[in-house]
Amino acid sequence: MDLTSITRRSMLTSTGNIVAASALAPLFARRAGAAVTPITVGFIYAATRQDYGWNQAHAVAARKIAQLEGVKLVEQEKVPETAEVEKVMEGMIKLDNCKVLFPTSFGFWPFIQKIASQYPDVLFVHAGGLWKEGDAKNTIGYRGYMEEPHYLCGIAAGRMTKTGKLGFIGSKPLYFIFNNCNGFILGARSVRPDATCQVAITGDWDNPVKEAETVNGLVDQGADVIVANVDSPKVAIETAERRGVYSCGYHTDLSALAPNGFLTGAEWNWAKGGDFVKAWQTGGSYPNLYRGGFKREMVAISPFGKAVPEPVRAEVDKARQALTDDSLKLYKGPLRDNEGNVVLKEGEVISNEDNAFKVNVKFLVEGAIGRTGLK
Amino acid sequence: MLSAGPWRTIEAAAISIGAIVVALVVYGIFIALNGIDPIAVYRVLYLGAFGTLFSLEATLTLAAPLMLTALCTAIPARAGLLVIGGEGALVIGGLAAVLAGVSAGGIPRYLGTVLVLLAGALAGGAWIAFAGALRLWRGVNETISTLLLNYIAIALLNHLISGPIRDFGETLKATSWSIPAPFRIGTLPYLNVHWGLAFGIVSCVVLWFVMRRTTFGFAVAVLGGNIRAAQLAGLATARLSLAACIIGGAAAGLAGAIEIVAVHGAASESLVVGFGYGGILIAFLARQNPLAIIPVAILVGGISASGGLLQRRFDMPGAATAVLQGCIFITVLAGNTLYGRWRPSRA
Amino acid sequence: MNELELGWWGVLIAVIGGAIRISTPYLFVSLGETLTEKSGRVNLGLEGTLVMGAMSGFAVAYLTGSPWLGVVAAGIAGSSLGLLHAAVCNLPRVNDIAVGIALFLFGTGLAMFLGKPFIAPRGPRLPSLELGSWSAYPSVRAALEINALFIVGLILAPVLYWGLRHTRWGLVLRTVGDSADAAHALGYSIERVRTLATMAGGFLAGVGGSFLSLYYPGNWNEGLSSGQGLMAVALVIFARWNPLSCFWVSLLFGGAGALGPALQSVGIAQGYYLFNAAPYVLTLIILTWSSSTRHRLIGAPSELTINR
Repeated sequence: MDLTSITRRSMLTSTGNIVAASALAPLFARRAGAAVTPITVGFIYAATRQDYGWNQAHAVAARKIAQLEGVKLVEQEKVPETAEVEKVMEGMIKLDNCKVLFPTSFGFWPFIQKIASQYPDVLFVHAGGLWKEGDAKNTIGYRGYMEEPHYLCGIAAGRMTKTGKLGFIGSKPLYFIFNNCNGFILGARSVRPDATCQVAITGDWDNPVKEAETVNGLVDQGADVIVANVDSPKVAIETAERRGVYSCGYHTDLSALAPNGFLTGAEWNWAKGGDFVKAWQTGGSYPNLYRGGFKREMVAISPFGKAVPEPVRAEVDKARQALTDDSLKLYKGPLRDNEGNVVLKEGEVISNEDNAFKVNVKFLVEGAIGRTGLK
Repeated sequence: MLSAGPWRTIEAAAISIGAIVVALVVYGIFIALNGIDPIAVYRVLYLGAFGTLFSLEATLTLAAPLMLTALCTAIPARAGLLVIGGEGALVIGGLAAVLAGVSAGGIPRYLGTVLVLLAGALAGGAWIAFAGALRLWRGVNETISTLLLNYIAIALLNHLISGPIRDFGETLKATSWSIPAPFRIGTLPYLNVHWGLAFGIVSCVVLWFVMRRTTFGFAVAVLGGNIRAAQLAGLATARLSLAACIIGGAAAGLAGAIEIVAVHGAASESLVVGFGYGGILIAFLARQNPLAIIPVAILVGGISASGGLLQRRFDMPGAATAVLQGCIFITVLAGNTLYGRWRPSRA
Repeated sequence: MNELELGWWGVLIAVIGGAIRISTPYLFVSLGETLTEKSGRVNLGLEGTLVMGAMSGFAVAYLTGSPWLGVVAAGIAGSSLGLLHAAVCNLPRVNDIAVGIALFLFGTGLAMFLGKPFIAPRGPRLPSLELGSWSAYPSVRAALEINALFIVGLILAPVLYWGLRHTRWGLVLRTVGDSADAAHALGYSIERVRTLATMAGGFLAGVGGSFLSLYYPGNWNEGLSSGQGLMAVALVIFARWNPLSCFWVSLLFGGAGALGPALQSVGIAQGYYLFNAAPYVLTLIILTWSSSTRHRLIGAPSELTINR
């Protein structure tokens, strides 16, 4: 994958009208710099790298970033979301001479802010779009809109399901889980209007026993495509494979776990962070907040499983292209939620980058069986 | 020639150091078998533990709670009890600290800090004293009971922080209510290490003095040497045993309270990181001597502190330091058999 | 068929099924520790042995494709740690309780270290007897799926019981554990007997560990064990060093462990962690009730250090 550096012009043209609306204007820091200097990049994981989930997605990105010119990679795993991560970050800065740090767990953000001002020559890149005015200028928040690849998974699911029943497992009742779920259902119903999706929330980021039992429960009720939005979907996918149903992945490429039933999956493209590394290396500019979907190269889909026939692959690829050039919008009217309320009227269209709308999603679209529990 | 006293100290130190050296060599072989250069590992161990000011600070920050949890094993050991409940006592101390801090909202800050620390120490002392009482009045082996109490304490912590005392503002991790900010304590002057280190060192020195130079300490030593002799001498063995348990538990409870006021501010699963079990190793390595606990805790803390660097430099798993500590523990225990083999010749 | 209709019956079924599943490691570790303690040694390092067994069992099963080879490998790993325990404890003036704690830490650390490459992949699974295939309810089927190791343990317990009472080996073992002087007089090598007993105990503990990684939960990761090895020591005391009682007590502990998740499935989620504490509290209560300062625990081998 080619990584292009962000120039000021491409930043302005791609962010469009959202920038004006929100208070989060990208900041342009200039550093007096030379050519490509060698630079050490540090990745910090809250759990193990090989979790077939959130951390593995970052480890994959870390390896891609390590391929960049002059980049040396150091990694540390199993760092808890406590004051200990401060010590780890400082250790990487002082002992390993890291100049860019990727503390990859969501809960590291407050600790990043605490020490960032003490180390102005270090860039801190965080996976979670939390940066706001007033935060340290040498920190970046970046995140992908996973509802877009979930839409594509939904298309594959809609085409491949025999029963017309899908299953979505979510960890916590949070907005990004619901957006993913809505994307999945909208994609499925775009090719099979009568498809339904049972939605189950486990309440835990990581609870293998519960996830396995939930999958069994969903399959017992007729679902034949499963997708699990949990920290590590490994158990869910393996259980689905054992039950002989289809599955879609999340976070990273999980096709190896389900040779027969894997369709495709929603993946992060954290490797986009390589652009920030390059900017820091060369003294170029970088945004403090970078969120996006396919158009901004923050998400991807997994390679297709062998079960997916060529026409379906073509259909998914076409939709992906449409998302990349922004001709396909996820949330557009007429749109009802699954309790009969009208969410969007005919003609209303929400931009794929309307973050404010997405943060406030408390509904599940028509076709979902289940409740968010929020109102 | 040397008299028995200083000779025993030299012998003890020599055997302990010898054990560490043997363990390092064995560990080096283990590392080499895994395809990594042992000399490079030794260098990184040193770098991560003592090589820079930053490393030293990290080591001392880890050594502080370890000194206190080591006392939880060392003090009862002098009374002849093998207590391994430091982990549980620390957790209980942390919980008590949070509860005390949160209930004492408006009081002046230094008073509040003292109250919180005291609460932790008392709770820890009571926790281990419970095991001691079970031993005294029901004959329940204290090693097993304190072990069980460890798990019970952790379950209690998990239960409380997921519901009854949970701070629901923290969405990502189960955390308790925070103690008021004025009660928190900061770092020592010149050194980026919290005041817990001072508490640890002072506790060790004070307890060494108590155990070696006071009547109480002597009585406990007699009890630990031979319970029948102590009874014949008319010592109040039950009270001495309980006192030893209370002191040991209070030390570990204090460690838990320090984790709250100096590091985290609230209770969470970060209280359960193995300080208790590390303390057992230190107590044995230091031959249950409170003064020796200070350097030994710094050594063991140093090994733990370099764990991150080992991971980053050699892609070794986080358990790499646990294996080394395990090796040291085993060689130290095996080395016990060598005590008394050499005597100064008196020809 | 709606699962929720099972309601409280569902809880009972889940507890039974869970008891069988969760008790299997307890069963093996307690049988092994019974042998060790009968010879007069306490091995607190069984937790580390359990974890090492789980790791090596999974690793070998994954590499060879055969779960049974994994079980054997786990046993061998366990008996190696048992040999280490015995070797150090055989030295004079060494406290076997302390050595046990050291091995607990060492074994756990070693397993985590060596097991890192095996965290990700899936491994082969031990077979099970599907006794519940008549049922239309998946949960009943799952509960009556009795794993092969449980059946091995089911047979092993009475065999060990009989062996301890009626064979020469059993007599030698018990003599060494009850009276070192008598054993000396009879010419038995105390060190050798204890070493073999500890190795056998380690073997069984390792096998118990392999159950965790090869059946339920069926993979290798950190945090696989949560003190089962240590609890087994208490379990043995609870069971009065009787292999048959070990079987029933293991089931009891397994049921206690299954109660929490079973209640959760009918919506009772409060106090989940308190349920986790139940086996430990139970053990403490039983220990308190059955111990006394005036006499040693009934049935305890007299040479055991925890009695003194």
